[in-house]
Amino acid sequence: MNVSQTTFHTALLDPSQAVPGGLSDGLGQPAGSRFSVYRNNVAVSLTEALELSFPAIAKLLGEQNFKGLSGIFLRQHPPETPIMMQYGAAFPDFLAGIEQLSHIGYLPDVARLEQAVRVSYHSADATPIDPEDLQALAPDALASARFDLAPSVRLVRSSWPIHQIWAYNLEDGAPKPTGGAQDVLIHRPEFDPEVIPISPGTADFIAAMMRGEMLADANESAQAAHDTFDLSQALGLLLSAQAITHITTGDD
Amino acid sequence: MLDNSPKFPALPAAPGVGYKPQHFSDILNDAAPVEWLEIHAENYMGDGGRPIAQLRHLSEQFAISVHGVGLSIGGETELDADHLARLKHICNWLQPESFSEHLAWSTHDSHFLNDLLPLPYTKATLSRVADHIDQVQEVVGRQMLLENPSSYLAFDESTYAETEFLDEVAKRTGCGLLLDVNNVFVSATNLQIDPYAYIDAFPLARVGEIHLGGHDEETDDHGAPLLIDSHGREVADPVWTLLDYTLERSGVRPILIEWDANIPEWAELAAEAERAANALQKVPA
Repeated sequence: MNVSQTTFHTALLDPSQAVPGGLSDGLGQPAGSRFSVYRNNVAVSLTEALELSFPAIAKLLGEQNFKGLSGIFLRQHPPETPIMMQYGAAFPDFLAGIEQLSHIGYLPDVARLEQAVRVSYHSADATPIDPEDLQALAPDALASARFDLAPSVRLVRSSWPIHQIWAYNLEDGAPKPTGGAQDVLIHRPEFDPEVIPISPGTADFIAAMMRGEMLADANESAQAAHDTFDLSQALGLLLSAQAITHITTGDD
Repeated sequence: MLDNSPKFPALPAAPGVGYKPQHFSDILNDAAPVEWLEIHAENYMGDGGRPIAQLRHLSEQFAISVHGVGLSIGGETELDADHLARLKHICNWLQPESFSEHLAWSTHDSHFLNDLLPLPYTKATLSRVADHIDQVQEVVGRQMLLENPSSYLAFDESTYAETEFLDEVAKRTGCGLLLDVNNVFVSATNLQIDPYAYIDAFPLARVGEIHLGGHDEETDDHGAPLLIDSHGREVADPVWTLLDYTLERSGVRPILIEWDANIPEWAELAAEAERAANALQKVPA
């Protein structure tokens, strides 16, 4: 009896299925539990890949729950690429859809934060602008400026204190989360992503600049929504984060 | 179709290790007796950041072997052209001393299963694997080494012994072979064949690299030993003995220590490499 890869694959991902016929132990006896070695390798290796990428989620859920959820996730969303550093991009949305987890409302956003950190870690290297390039702009040019941000720069917005929860689960001595919405900027000065909470106005502004809006427009809408928004502080943050790689002004 | 003549290994006939980022400073500080490093290609397919910077740095001082774990050469469907292009890209910028992949499949229905899955050794498999290797060597533009798998079960439909199958693939495609001596021991134990007879039948002249790794011991439904290729501990003593037997017949070769789970301190890994260096020294010139 011939065993197609379709048959093998289906039985591999569904432990309730019988072991395909035509597989033996080398002496003609049915393969039996030997097939489970492959089943186990697939489940364990993919669960480990997820745990490596979502350590705070693993900690929040506990080992058993994380393993159980990974087992469901990997069957619903098997990897579509051999590049394991990309596996699990759908994990945050998957967590959001699990009814039994709905009492932990912040879980999907913490997963989105971890996903953004991972993407930042592996993103392309980029050279930031010299801060003087920005400081030297005349007022008109500054108003019309649009930024290219480094590929490692990510913004995650949440109505939960995701930075506090994330830090509390991964860093020794981090304080207990106290509640409240948090927006988070991720940037990578050299090799290690830095994760910093930012004000909602700054997040509005950066989000607008990421969409390619002109600085004056981004500033205006951030000001309108948040009267405490401080443009020079936001620009100082982007410069110190080495986040800006190119400025285009109206003259360009 | 590439040149069919066996090629001398481009890696030094010395110990190498599977590179782990936690050993970066140790390696730069004092790698002895390790002379070369192997990386899993898929771990260096990001756009930038530390992994690629470290690899670039290490490649200035060490010979590098690029070992793919995701191409699914034995897959029933076409090779993933995007993945093949990524392998070509890494070989282009890194210019490694060796490039290897596995006799296995891992992708089906566009789903990657992250394991090296077994193949029946039939005419149909042979022709498919040979076509895929021709394609790989053409796209990547270099000879590849094909590694023997560790097996936990056998296919009733198989008509070739694994050694015959690998020999035939190598003859048809001109590829070299990567002989994993631990895999030989694991498969031979699991399928109750003689590992020494396997080495006797293996086309050793085509071997460009040897792998060694640790395995775990379990039992099957009938209480028979079932060894698991876990790469999570030191190489077992009978595998070292099988290595000696192999080297007596093959002559010296590059030998890699694979330790991918429960990763030890550098000193423990270097001690395994030292043992490989000793095995190489015993081989008559």
